[in-house]
Amino acid sequence: MGRLSSPQALEKVRDEILKKRDPHQPLITVCGGTGCHASGCHQVVDAFRKVLQEQAKSDGVGFRVTGCHGFCERGPLVVIHPQKIMYQRVKPEDVPGIFQETVLDGKVIESLLYEHPTTGERISTEEEVPFYKKQMRIIFGNNGSIDPTQIEDYIAVGGYRALPKALFTMKPEEVIREVKKANLRGRGGGGFPAGLKWEQCRNAPGDIRYVICNADEGDPGAYMDRSLLEGNPHSVLEGMIIGAYAIGSPEGYIYVRNEYPLAVENVGVAISQARDLGLLGKDILGSGFDFDVRVSRGGGAFVCGESTALMSSIEGNVGEPRAKHIHTVASGLWDRPTNLNNVETWANVPVIIDHGADWYSRIGTEGSKGTKIFSVVGKVNNTGLVEVPMGITLREIVYEIGGGIPDGKKFKAVQTGGPSGGCIPESLMNLTVDFDRLTEAGSMMGSGGMIVMDESTCMVDVAKYFMNFLKDESCGKCTSCREGTKRMHELLTEITEGRGTLDHIDLLEELGWVTMEASLCALGGTAPNPVLSTIRYFRDEYKEHILNKRCPAKVCRAFLKYRILSDVCSMCGRCAKACPAEAISGKVKKKKEKGIPFAIDETKCIKCGMCFESCKFEAVEVQ
Amino acid sequence: MIPFTMDGQPVEGKEGGNLLEVALDAGIDIPHLCYHESVKSYGACRLCLVEVVRHGRSRMTTSCTYPVQKDIEVHTRTEKVLRARRMIMELILAMCPGDKLIQDMALEMGIKEVRFKKEDKDCILCGLCARVCDEVVGAHAIQFASRGDRREMIPPFSGEAMNCIACGACVVACPVDVIRMKEEGDERTIVRWKRTLKMKQCKVCGNYFAPWFQVEKIREQAHLAKDFFDVCYSCRG
Repeated sequence: MGRLSSPQALEKVRDEILKKRDPHQPLITVCGGTGCHASGCHQVVDAFRKVLQEQAKSDGVGFRVTGCHGFCERGPLVVIHPQKIMYQRVKPEDVPGIFQETVLDGKVIESLLYEHPTTGERISTEEEVPFYKKQMRIIFGNNGSIDPTQIEDYIAVGGYRALPKALFTMKPEEVIREVKKANLRGRGGGGFPAGLKWEQCRNAPGDIRYVICNADEGDPGAYMDRSLLEGNPHSVLEGMIIGAYAIGSPEGYIYVRNEYPLAVENVGVAISQARDLGLLGKDILGSGFDFDVRVSRGGGAFVCGESTALMSSIEGNVGEPRAKHIHTVASGLWDRPTNLNNVETWANVPVIIDHGADWYSRIGTEGSKGTKIFSVVGKVNNTGLVEVPMGITLREIVYEIGGGIPDGKKFKAVQTGGPSGGCIPESLMNLTVDFDRLTEAGSMMGSGGMIVMDESTCMVDVAKYFMNFLKDESCGKCTSCREGTKRMHELLTEITEGRGTLDHIDLLEELGWVTMEASLCALGGTAPNPVLSTIRYFRDEYKEHILNKRCPAKVCRAFLKYRILSDVCSMCGRCAKACPAEAISGKVKKKKEKGIPFAIDETKCIKCGMCFESCKFEAVEVQ
Repeated sequence: MIPFTMDGQPVEGKEGGNLLEVALDAGIDIPHLCYHESVKSYGACRLCLVEVVRHGRSRMTTSCTYPVQKDIEVHTRTEKVLRARRMIMELILAMCPGDKLIQDMALEMGIKEVRFKKEDKDCILCGLCARVCDEVVGAHAIQFASRGDRREMIPPFSGEAMNCIACGACVVACPVDVIRMKEEGDERTIVRWKRTLKMKQCKVCGNYFAPWFQVEKIREQAHLAKDFFDVCYSCRG
């Protein structure tokens, strides 16, 4: 394939690719996403490659390592087409069997299928698995069917169809009108209407305009932008090219953190492929429109996800936010009009242009249209990435898609919006996922992190954890944010160590208010959310720590007491061996000798919990 | 000049100016630490908070970074503003309890005790020293290091600030007076930046009057004659 100089040439290429692909031929896809990598998918990939090389019958069998499928809990995932049989937790030794029985003989291997957690029924296809059933995967869905390093795969699923439509049948203003009509709101957290931002940037005076893709996702536990960029980089690129055309920008940047090596690599490959095909560079598809993209790798500071800090970082300066009294759409990167959107926002653009705003705006709620990708993690059965239509309830996400809480424990709260989001309690689980509703509840949509917590999570400890993260990740410029987060962390530490008073709660609320009101950027503006929302919904838990010196979730060490129940103790001595503080004494029971039940010396106990972990007879009690 | 109101009084500011300078010119006292008229506004200390009403919407913002605009109403002493300033002052006092200026300012705001663990820092992290060094002197000798609660103003890699010309501008700019300059014999030292430079001697009076490195740099920048700094400022007729 050489440079394509017209939309017709692109369509011809698409036809040729599709002609070569017989949808009835067997095709093996293995998820190569980050989650599956962690559970060993590369060994499964190697095993498949070996089998395919050795087997004479492997002619005509397709093999593809794809982007993230989302169901990370069950990785490594393998899907066999055309039947779309989904195998989960596949090990390398399962591979020859899969090839022989499923690929060649068309039989299903029951033991590798997903088992319905309540009915026990084996489910053979992806669509039927409850995790996927409630999802609406218009942005993320193609991840599972394309190899992110092959532009042909993206073209085969209809990729780069929206681009010529925009370039040749729509004026830039019409593209903006369409995006405005679709009411696409920024997926990075703020929820600002993208179309309006584009329009302001287009209309701002200046010689050069820039577009930026913010891929500096830094929330602990969130990885949706990462998986999108790793698994389907061309969808992000296509969105950026369309956006650049609408805004009138010749140059774009993808700011991606260097801790995402696969995303950096795949997006680099995608850019060079798009350039080779004439989808980037001068005179894109013969339209006369020039646009190119560069990758700027970030050093991993959380604050660099803030738009002005990000631009400062691209310029080569310290990532420090500045006041936005003059908006970045008028004066951003190198003081020129700049339009910044997040990875997911850009990936929504081709879908809107391709299907039309009318189609798109039928999905979602009044104020929030389309879908949102969440990374559902924590104390939930099905951790992974889920894409849901706006307006779905938190309950549906946690219980139906997420499969509820493991080990029969009770749900306590769900934290949305990353470190600066808030904790939402059980009583608000019917809240719908919507930019405005989440903000009203004292949390936020954020970029889409969703951390599920159960009864074994201490809310004061959670607030402390996030304050610890934010005091480290604040840029440190504003007194209110730097000192505010530090002092909130200090007060929370005192509460969890038994030195708290009721005044601590008042002081936390006052500090939270000041940090929120007086800080320059959104990091400080949202940093107190974990503290304020836990005080708002879990004040009793704070009071338990302060007044009764008790941590109901049994997390805060200062309040814990370990005790060995002498009548249950089997006198095996495991606990004494495990104890690093030599705080446990007793005598091991032997054949002829009598033993002495083990006991913990409280003055020596460091409350590490090793005895509890080591005991096989449940003789260690935690109070 | 752009007219607007501040605490109900009609005021005006020049295009590109900020609210704090207008307030100070008008005799309205707004506490501030990181602002200095000779450098760009930075907005780090957050003490100069005011409430600005624009298009019917009120928000709190730092007056040093807010540009002069028409049709705005600025309120410098609302309950909200005073409440936030007091907490910020308390936070700074807890950080640098030994700084005289901070103690005085806190007292003036009615802060009698600190509800946080006192630290023993002296630098309030306003960044004025580095900004004066960058924007006025052009030596770029120092900069903030680290982020979050580990942020500090130090010479590069905690060693000697090799670009420092020991001019002392930072010493003058520091609002809490914690950058010390020492002169002993023919040497001048900026203690905080671990920089010691030899001084030049005046050919007339024999006094050591400025570091060699500094006068050479200035002479080069200003294209002055080779012997221009042979004589000190006082002896130059």
